[in-house]
Parts: sequence; C-alpha cells; structure tokens
Amino acid sequence: MLKIEHLKKRYKSGPWVLKDISFEVPDGEIVGLIGPSGAGKSTMIRCVNRLIDPSEGNIQLDDVSLSSLSSSKIREQRRHIGMIFQEYALVERLSVMENVLSGRLGYLSFWRSFLRRYPQEDIDNAFEYLDRVGLIDHANKRADELSGGQRQRVGIARALAQDPRLLLVDEPTASLDPKTSRQIMRLIQSICREKALSAIINIHDVPLAMQFVDRIIGLQGGEVVFDGKPDELTEDVLTRIYGDEDWTDVKPDDEDDEQESEEAA
Amino acid sequence: MRTWQRPHYLVPDKRWRIALWIAFFLYLIVGIGSIEVNWQRVYEGLERGGRFIEGFLNPNFTRRAADIYSGIYESLTMTVTSTVVGILLSIPFGMGAARNISPKPIYLFCRSFIAVSRSMQEVIVAIFLVALFGFGAFAGFLTLTYATIGFLGKLLAEEIEEIDKKQLEAIASTGASWLQRMHIAIWPQVMPRMIGLSFYRFDINFRESAVIGIVGAGGIGATLNTSIDRYEYDSAGAVLILIILIVLACEYLSGWIRKWVS
Repeated sequence: MLKIEHLKKRYKSGPWVLKDISFEVPDGEIVGLIGPSGAGKSTMIRCVNRLIDPSEGNIQLDDVSLSSLSSSKIREQRRHIGMIFQEYALVERLSVMENVLSGRLGYLSFWRSFLRRYPQEDIDNAFEYLDRVGLIDHANKRADELSGGQRQRVGIARALAQDPRLLLVDEPTASLDPKTSRQIMRLIQSICREKALSAIINIHDVPLAMQFVDRIIGLQGGEVVFDGKPDELTEDVLTRIYGDEDWTDVKPDDEDDEQESEEAA
Repeated sequence: MRTWQRPHYLVPDKRWRIALWIAFFLYLIVGIGSIEVNWQRVYEGLERGGRFIEGFLNPNFTRRAADIYSGIYESLTMTVTSTVVGILLSIPFGMGAARNISPKPIYLFCRSFIAVSRSMQEVIVAIFLVALFGFGAFAGFLTLTYATIGFLGKLLAEEIEEIDKKQLEAIASTGASWLQRMHIAIWPQVMPRMIGLSFYRFDINFRESAVIGIVGAGGIGATLNTSIDRYEYDSAGAVLILIILIVLACEYLSGWIRKWVS
C-alpha cells in the first residue's frame, strides 16, 4: 500500500508545483495520473522514489516512510520501486540483457556488477522476463538496434528485474504509435495483474488511460481535481482538468477495442 | 517603394565604424613598421636554410645511429608510459570536473587543477620539471603525464556533462550506487570518444616528447638538438624524417582505431 499525505513540492523559492496532494494506492491497483503538461505529474511520481526530494508531506510504502529517508537509505527502497520512462531511458550502448540485469544493481556490490558477475538466479529471471515481454531472441542485441516498442519492452523487463512492489510509469506511450501504445499498456496491465503489483501511470492519452487503468487521478495546477473510476470521467470533469474543449470524442470506441484484443490473443 | 538594408548590429553608428577601421589600419601599419628586419642576417640565414634542406634531402641515418635509436626508443617509452598514466589519472579528474555528477568543492578543485594544467604549455612545464628532477626522461614523463591529465580531463568532463540524463536517472531509479551509476549509465556513453581521444593524445604526446627533449627532458628531442648545435644537418634531417614517419603511423593507427570503436 502506497500512502501519500499532504505532499508539497516547490523548486527553490519558485511557485508550488505540487500543492497538498494526498491519496492512497492499495496493492494491485493501477492508477492513471492525467492532467495537462506542467500539472506536476512527472514531479509527483519522481517524489515517490525520491529522484526528486519533496518539500513537505509524507510518502509511505508499506511500513517505510520514503520521504524521511536519508539519501543513502533511499537506495535500498528504490530497489523495490520499478520505473518505466517516456523515452525508454535504456543505456543505448549496452546489450538488451545488460539493460535488463541493470535492474539488479541495487542488490549487487560494485565489484560484482563491474565484473558482470551476476548471480545465476538473476540471469535465469532476466531470461524469463525477456521471454515474458517477447524479446528472448534479442538478448544480445544492442539496445539502440531495437524499435521503440521493443525498447519499451526492455524498459518493462528492467523494471520487473527489480522484483518491485510498485511500478512508477512516466508517459510510457508518448513516443509510440497508437497500436504499439495499446500493446505496451496491455502488457503493463497484465504484468501488474499477474504479480498483484500496484502502479501509477502518468499518461497524456485519456482514452488509453480509461481503457487500461482501475482508477484515474486528475491533476491540475499541482492539485488533485478528480479521483475516481474511469467511467466517472465525464465532460465536466475533463473540463475541470484540462479546461474548455469539445470532449465528445474522447470516450474509447468499444468495438474497435474488442477487435484489437482478439488480434493480440 | 520600401527599400531594405541589413542593419549593422555590431556598431550601428556609421562614423564610429569608419573611425574603428582607420584606427585598426593605423595600428597595423605602425605595428609592422616596428618589426626590425636585418636583411643581411636573413640572407645569411637563407644560405643556412639551404644547407638544412640539403641535409634533409640526403639524411644521414648512420653517423649518429646509436643516439638516434636510443632517442627514439626513449621518446616512445616516455610517450607510452605518460599516456597510460595520464589516462588513468584523467578519469578521476574528469569525473570530478563534471558539474552534473560532482559535489561543488570537488568540482572546483578538479576544474582548477585542469585549468592550471592546460594554461601552461608543455615546454614551460618541462623546463620547470627538468630544474626539479634533472635532465632525462623522468622529467619528460612527468611533463607529458601532467599535460595529458589536463587535456583528457577537460574533454572527459565536457563529455560527461553532455550525456543523456535519462539513462542516468533510470539507473539511479534501480537503487544503483554512485559507482555503479558511473560504470553502467555514464561509462558506456563516454567510452567511444574517450578511446578516440586517448589515441589522439598519444599522437600529441609523441610530438611533444620531441619538443620537450630540446629543453632537456630526454628523448629524440635531445638528439635533434645536439645535431643542430653541431651543424650536422644530415643527422638532424634523419631525425626529422623518423619523427614524421612515426607521427604519420600513429595518426593512421589512431584514425583506424577510432573508426573501429565507433
């Protein structure tokens, strides 16, 4: 269970980017975080694993208060929080396998990782995750040889290799085409279901979010302006989050979607 | 009709522009006029230059063969050792001098060390170190090591400052330690250029080893200096030809290796 209480963030003495945010994510729940650019989505999830230090408030994962840990202690906790990035953020010049195994760094001593002496168990698991994301044949390719969708799958396998309790996902589909976007979202969703993982997914694409998440939180100007089920996301709510616009086409087209799932199956 | 002319952004006032040009040409004329040329001496020098070219065209590799080969050997040893030690030391200095990964005090220390190292030309450092450690290859080795740290340290720091930050952020998010982040997220990004620059520096160090030999820091430069002092232009020609050949070989090799790593 992730618990966020009165989280606030400002950079130096600038304006508040996050103003008093509180919510809880029970185990196994997938939360979509939507909102306009600059609403604080990216800052929000980076406060959870302390890539950005929050200014005030408390963030608690199970029984550990992440927000009050010293920077040396936070490394231990980051191991349990997998992160997936917008532009994949793979180490381009390393192989696919090395990228997946880099998810284990938090568990290994420097010399072990320096000499690439990964424990056999880690290697077995890495192969299993590569198989799960459908890239088993690409293990020894360099990451920059892969297509966008494949790279994002490597990113997912890297996060899985951490054996995480929580996934933080930052705009996973922003650089992908619509079909690949759906496949990636479906993969993230099914992995979360299999492992009963909770996830927070920052996402621009509202219909895609509504299709694949259990709950949507709308951020606007650093505040939570909506928190509810995807089907409660009415035109009124969208206007509250994004401002005035014609929202009639935003609801996902169900027929199309069924066709896609059949294809994927 | 509307006409258009590119406005003068630098000095908008026309009178100022004319005044500046006049001042510049006056200075140039006065400056050139103040250089004294002794044409008599130039004429004598031309003759000497002619003899030098003659010596270069008929190089004598045998008269000073022992000196030349021991000089070349010493220079190469100096180059290899100083390049290797220089590279090893430039890595911590370069990392320390990269603003995006180092704490402020370490950054300032490494930056100033590199700045001092780069501001002093090799010959000046060599003169100083020869005075400290005496004639010979050890002073040369130290000089070139010092210069290599400045050169590679600065370029490595710049390379690290320009890395793709997302890769670093992603590795940090897995719980990796500082050293692991350096090794896994940063090293792969800077390595190809670092290898290329190291070979480039090897070239430079060999050339410099010839120059600092002239001020007493050992190697082929010392042999060259002796030959010229004794008016043995054919031996000097032989030395120069060997230096050119070795530099060409290094350049070819480093170009090939750089292509191969990238």
